[in-house]
Amino acid sequence: MKIPKVLNRENRILLRELVSTDFKLRYQGSALGYAWSLLKPLFLFIILYIVFVYFLKIGQDIEHFPVYLLLGIILWNFFTEMTSQSLGSIVGRGDLIRKIKIPRWIIVFSSSVSALINLGLNLIIVVVFMIINQVEITPAVLLLPLSILEIYIFALGLSLLLSAAYVKFRDLSYIWEIVLQAGFYATPIIYPLSMVTIDIVQKILLMNPIAQAIQYARYNTITTEAITSSTLFSSVIYILIPIVVTLIVFVIGVLYFRSQSRYFAENI
Amino acid sequence: MSDYAIKLDKVSKSFKLPHEKNMTLKSALVNFSKRGYELQHVFTDLSLTLPKGEFLGILGRNGSGKSTLLKTLSGIYTPDSGEIHINGKLTPFIELGVGFNPELSGRDNVYLNGALLGFGRKEIDKIYNEIVAFAELERFMDQKLKNYSSGMQVRLAFSIAIRANTDILVLDEVLAVGDEAFQRKCYDYFNELKLKGKTVILVTHDMSAVKRFCTHAIVLDKGKVIYEGDTEGATTVYRNLNLEGSERSAASNNERRSYDSTIVQEVKTTDDNGKKKAMFQPKEKIRIAGIVEIPTSIENPAIQFWFNNPGGTSIASVKVHKNDLLKHTKDIHKTMEVAWELDGIFNDGKYLVTAEISDDTTGEVIEVLKEVCEFDVAGWESPYVIVHPAKKIAVTLVGQKK
Repeated sequence: MKIPKVLNRENRILLRELVSTDFKLRYQGSALGYAWSLLKPLFLFIILYIVFVYFLKIGQDIEHFPVYLLLGIILWNFFTEMTSQSLGSIVGRGDLIRKIKIPRWIIVFSSSVSALINLGLNLIIVVVFMIINQVEITPAVLLLPLSILEIYIFALGLSLLLSAAYVKFRDLSYIWEIVLQAGFYATPIIYPLSMVTIDIVQKILLMNPIAQAIQYARYNTITTEAITSSTLFSSVIYILIPIVVTLIVFVIGVLYFRSQSRYFAENI
Repeated sequence: MSDYAIKLDKVSKSFKLPHEKNMTLKSALVNFSKRGYELQHVFTDLSLTLPKGEFLGILGRNGSGKSTLLKTLSGIYTPDSGEIHINGKLTPFIELGVGFNPELSGRDNVYLNGALLGFGRKEIDKIYNEIVAFAELERFMDQKLKNYSSGMQVRLAFSIAIRANTDILVLDEVLAVGDEAFQRKCYDYFNELKLKGKTVILVTHDMSAVKRFCTHAIVLDKGKVIYEGDTEGATTVYRNLNLEGSERSAASNNERRSYDSTIVQEVKTTDDNGKKKAMFQPKEKIRIAGIVEIPTSIENPAIQFWFNNPGGTSIASVKVHKNDLLKHTKDIHKTMEVAWELDGIFNDGKYLVTAEISDDTTGEVIEVLKEVCEFDVAGWESPYVIVHPAKKIAVTLVGQKK
């Protein structure tokens, strides 16, 4: 698969239509339609604000904690949305796969693009609250796309793996739900990493590519009080481990998907 | 410049049919080592060359591998071995309206379906009005597709499909849907394709369409090309194949019936000598015989056989009342065989016999045995009618002075 061939004209046309269909169907029949893409993170923030600022009082040592929290949750939601939507995407598009010849990866890829667009909309809300909370914006913000890229590559690898495996193992959707549920707590999203007092656990938690990406994103955009791999580890190797994990997952995903995609039409 | 459009070189395709499909992780784990499956060879070492500009018809009975062949050469299935060379752009129409989404409007579906055929937004914009006009759906384009009738959906899908700018078309049973007007549109489109010199592969059961459009045809049976050549020969081979098949199934059906009835014990079609027969030639006499034992409780019995086609339409019936029965036997309550001899005027096809016992006193139907026996007729010269009545022709000159 060479890059120019991968995104040739036909594939771009197809991708565009699949993504736009996805969006049209998502808010199908709801009165507010696309506005929900913005309303969802907005209400999420309000809930987080009330719970954490008035009741739980966690993370008061971190400035702008509600925004810090919102960014983490939005990035995590991006990861869950992308993987769980992709998981069923091949099976869900069985009608296309059995009837016409289209590159199968386009289907998974279009789910990932939908998730990316949604993330973009959510980030608008984050920016709004950053301004309201008077978060000091530094040039480090420009590094945010790197965090998103890390999550995206990791999620895309998993998406390819899951969507191809789901064709044969239909239990996977339930298993993946549970894994995500566990992952939510295994990743420092709603609690500040500083709350984890055991040093080694803290370090293990940061081996997770999603945790690494989220912490860097918070560090670069909201507060330098966020603990990142760079602040925790002196050696570059530990920073690289999650990145290598990401790349390995991606390569395995691509290879597995390619080997299986030949038989999608007959196995679905 | 090569002169072929499609070349298959020893292509094989088989499916793994698991004995117990491993659809859950648990069963997959449990059966990991002994995953049993059956290998179903759809076709083995199939070679075929299709020159450019040919209109190839593929005939074959259900399960002969036609659809698998189409999907394999369209790239939907991956062959186990062998090579497929496609020269040009190939567009399969395994079904019309692939990817149509019922929740989207007609307009959105045009763009979506168009994208699957490789049309960008701007290109569709240009031909959008023509598509809608051809489908005669101007008033409905902003309605959701789910509110369309199936005929409307097919029309829309077809209007988009014929825009496909492609070198090779693969059409699977497209003719099977739609009314007469739609079929005419299909035929016009086929003619147009032929004039343009496109390469077309058409799979259909409609032998008249094959004869009309195809330049040549192949007949598939159990994954093998058993005939390749002109359409006349192909339709003959195909018809014979069908006859063999129906003879087999008719024969087995004729024997396998169980008789739940206490009155009717057996119904069969036979030849003149009373030997069981399920396959009849044109004009051959068909003898229908039933063994019945009418209980004394039915004073005025009537016995009737209906001959229905598979669509459920009654083509003919024979009936006998008590008075007629008494002409043949004194005791109509004993076990007897009642048989009719019918002229062989039935057209090609399958006929299902229904037996009915009624009481003329009350007019009540006592017993109905649906489709208790079946037979086939084949070989008529013009099989597009329902019956072929016995006929006598007279030609006389009129208006001439002696």
